[in-house]
Amino acid sequence: MSRIEAAFTKANQENRACIIIYYPVGYPDYENSVVALKAIAKVADIVEVGIPFSDPLADGPTIQQASQQALSLGINTQKALEAVKEIRDECKTPLVAMTYYNLFYRYGLEKFVSDANKAGLDGVIIPDLPPEEADSWLNIAKNKLETVFLAAPTSVDNRLKQICRISQGFIYAVSVTGVTGERTNLPANLADFIKKIKSITDKKVAVGFGISTPDQVSELANISHGIIIGSAIIKQMKNAVSFDEGLNNLIKLILRFKKKGSHS
Amino acid sequence: MQSYESLPDNKGHFEEFGGKFVPETLMAALEELEQAYKQSKGDKSFKEELDYLLADFAGRPTPLYFAKRLSDKYGAKIYLKREDLVHTGAHKLNNCLGQALLAKKMKKKRIIAETGAGQHGVATATVAALFGMQCQIYMGEEDIARQQPNVERMKLLGAKVIAVTSGSKTLKDAMNEAIRDWVTNVTTTHYLIGSVAGPHPYPMMVRDFQVVIGLETKQQIVEKENKMPTHIIACVGGGSNAIGIFYPFLNSSTGTARRARTKLFGIEAAGLGLDSGKHGAPLARGNKGILHGSLSYVIEDDFGQITEAHSISAGLDYPGVGPEHSYFKEKGLVTYDSVTDAEALNGFETLSKTEGIIPALESSHAVAYLEKLKMAKDDLVIVNLSGRGDKDLDIVKKAGLK
Ligand SMILES: Cc1ncc(COP(=O)(O)O)c(C=O)c1O
Repeated sequence: MSRIEAAFTKANQENRACIIIYYPVGYPDYENSVVALKAIAKVADIVEVGIPFSDPLADGPTIQQASQQALSLGINTQKALEAVKEIRDECKTPLVAMTYYNLFYRYGLEKFVSDANKAGLDGVIIPDLPPEEADSWLNIAKNKLETVFLAAPTSVDNRLKQICRISQGFIYAVSVTGVTGERTNLPANLADFIKKIKSITDKKVAVGFGISTPDQVSELANISHGIIIGSAIIKQMKNAVSFDEGLNNLIKLILRFKKKGSHS
Repeated sequence: MQSYESLPDNKGHFEEFGGKFVPETLMAALEELEQAYKQSKGDKSFKEELDYLLADFAGRPTPLYFAKRLSDKYGAKIYLKREDLVHTGAHKLNNCLGQALLAKKMKKKRIIAETGAGQHGVATATVAALFGMQCQIYMGEEDIARQQPNVERMKLLGAKVIAVTSGSKTLKDAMNEAIRDWVTNVTTTHYLIGSVAGPHPYPMMVRDFQVVIGLETKQQIVEKENKMPTHIIACVGGGSNAIGIFYPFLNSSTGTARRARTKLFGIEAAGLGLDSGKHGAPLARGNKGILHGSLSYVIEDDFGQITEAHSISAGLDYPGVGPEHSYFKEKGLVTYDSVTDAEALNGFETLSKTEGIIPALESSHAVAYLEKLKMAKDDLVIVNLSGRGDKDLDIVKKAGLK
C-alpha cells in the first residue's frame, strides 16, 4: 500500500475523513514556509505542497497572491524540492506536489521524477494536465510518483471513467465549476457528483476547491473519503500580524477540521 | 513526416506543439466547441451567413493596394493587404464573426475575451452587440492606460471592461483572467480567443477564420500581376493575421526550386532589443513550454516561470505564440525575424508619410521589416497591414514622433 492510500486507511480507522492541506512553498518566505509545512505535516493526513507558478489558471486570488509573493522572493522548483526533503527528513506524512505542467516540462520530466523521488515526494497533482496530454508524464512517473487526476462537475461520463481508471492515490473531485478559493456555499449537487465518482471506482475520492469552514467539512465527511483545504489555510497566515500567530491559527483550524471531519 | 495541411491531428497537436493543457473543468467545453466547429465547417447555411457578414458588415474583400511611393522607396513592387479597412479597424473581426456565429449555435448568451491593443476587444464587443449577447472584456491595467480610445469604444458598444491588475498587467494576465472566468462560467459563456493561441481547437479554428485574408490575397495578386508574390511579411503577436495571410501560400513556399516560391516572414516584437531581455519574441529567444493551454515557444526563466514580455505595441506584448507558428519555425516553412520598438516607430512614420496610411503599431513591425529585407527590382512583396493606427497616436506622440 502506498503512503497516500495508507493515510486514507488510517483516517478511516479513526472514523473520520482524510484531511488534506494545501500550502505553498515560499510563502510568506522560504524559511517560514518550511517551518509551516513541517508543522502542517504533523497534524494533516496528507500535505499538498504547492509550487508557485507565474500563471496559475486554476487558482483564485488567495493562491495567486501567495504565489506571486513567493516568486518575487525567488522560489523555484529546485528550492521546492529542497523543502520537500527537509519536511521528509522529519516525518512520514504523504507529500504531494501541486503545480502546473510547465514547471515539470522545463525542469525535465525525468530529472524531476528522479529528484522528487529522492527528496521523498509521493505524488503530484497537475491541474493543467488532463488525461489526453498525460502519456509522456505517466510513462516517466510510473512506479516513482503517484499522479492524481482531477474530476470536474463538467466532466462527462466517459471522461470520469477514464480519470478514475488512471488516477493514482485518489481521485481529486473538484467541488465547484470554478477556480480555487473559499466559498460560503457549496453546490447543491456536490453529494451526487461524489456519489457518481464512487459508483465508478473503488479508489478513494477527495473533494477540494472552495472548502473553507469546519461546518462544510462536517457536511462532507460522510460523503467523501478525503477533504482538501487550501485558500482558507493561507488566509490564516495572510490575516495574521506575525508568522507565529498565522501558524498558530492555521494549525488550530486544521485540528478543528480533523475533529469536524468525524464520520457521524 | 506529415504534411502541414493535415495538422493539427485529432488531439490538436502540430507534432509536439499545441494540445489541450487546461483544467479538467474546461475539457467538455473544448469538446463541445470542436464538435460545433466541425459541424459548421461543412454546413452550407453557416458558410453563407458568415460570408454575408464578412461582406456586408465587415466590408470584405479588403483591397490589395499597390503602394507606389513605398515601392519607389525600396526598389521593389510592394502591395499592402488592407486589413486596416475591415470594420473596427483590424483583421480581428474576421475571427470574431466566425466565433460569434458558433456561440449562437451553441446557445451561449455571454461572450468573454482578452485583449491587448484593444482591437480584439472592440471586435468582440462589436459582434456581441450585433448578436445581442452579453460581453465582458479582460484587459491589463497597463494596456487600458495606453490604449484608451479602444476602451471607450468597447464601453460604447455595451461591453464591460475589466481591468486586470495581476502580474505584468498586460495581455498575458488578461488571458489568465479570461480563462478563470471561463472555468467559472463555462456552461453559459463562450470564450472568444483572439489569436491562434490557447488550447485546441482555437489555434485551428482561428486560423481557418483568418485564412480569408490569404485566399483573397492570392486571387488579387494573380489578377493584378498574374504571378505569385516573392515575399509576404506579417507581424506576429499570437500569430493570427500572419497565419491568415501565409496559409494559402505555404504550398508555394515549399515548392521546388523551379516553381515560384513565396518566402514568408513572420515579424515578432524585438522591443528594446533581443539582448535587452525586454521583447516579445518567443520564437527568437524563447523555449518550448506550456502557456495558456498549449505547448509552444514561450519566454520564461530557467525554472519555467513565464516572464514579462515588452513591446511598444500592446498587441505584440505577449510571451507566447500560437503553436502552429512554432511548428512552422521547426520545419523551416516560415522565416521568423524581429523588429525593435524604434524600428517599428520608423515604419509607422514611413507609411504615414509616403502612402497616407497610418498603420497600427503592430502592423508597423511588418512595414518596418522592409528596411531589413533584401529585395531585387523584380520582387513582388506583400505586407499584411493588419490594422490601422488611430488607437496608437498617444503612444507615438509620447515616443517623440511629431
Ligand atoms: C492590428 C493588429 N495586428 C496584429 C495583432 C497581433 O495579433 P496576431 O498576431 O494574432 O495577428 C493585433 C493584436 O492586438 C492587432 O491589433
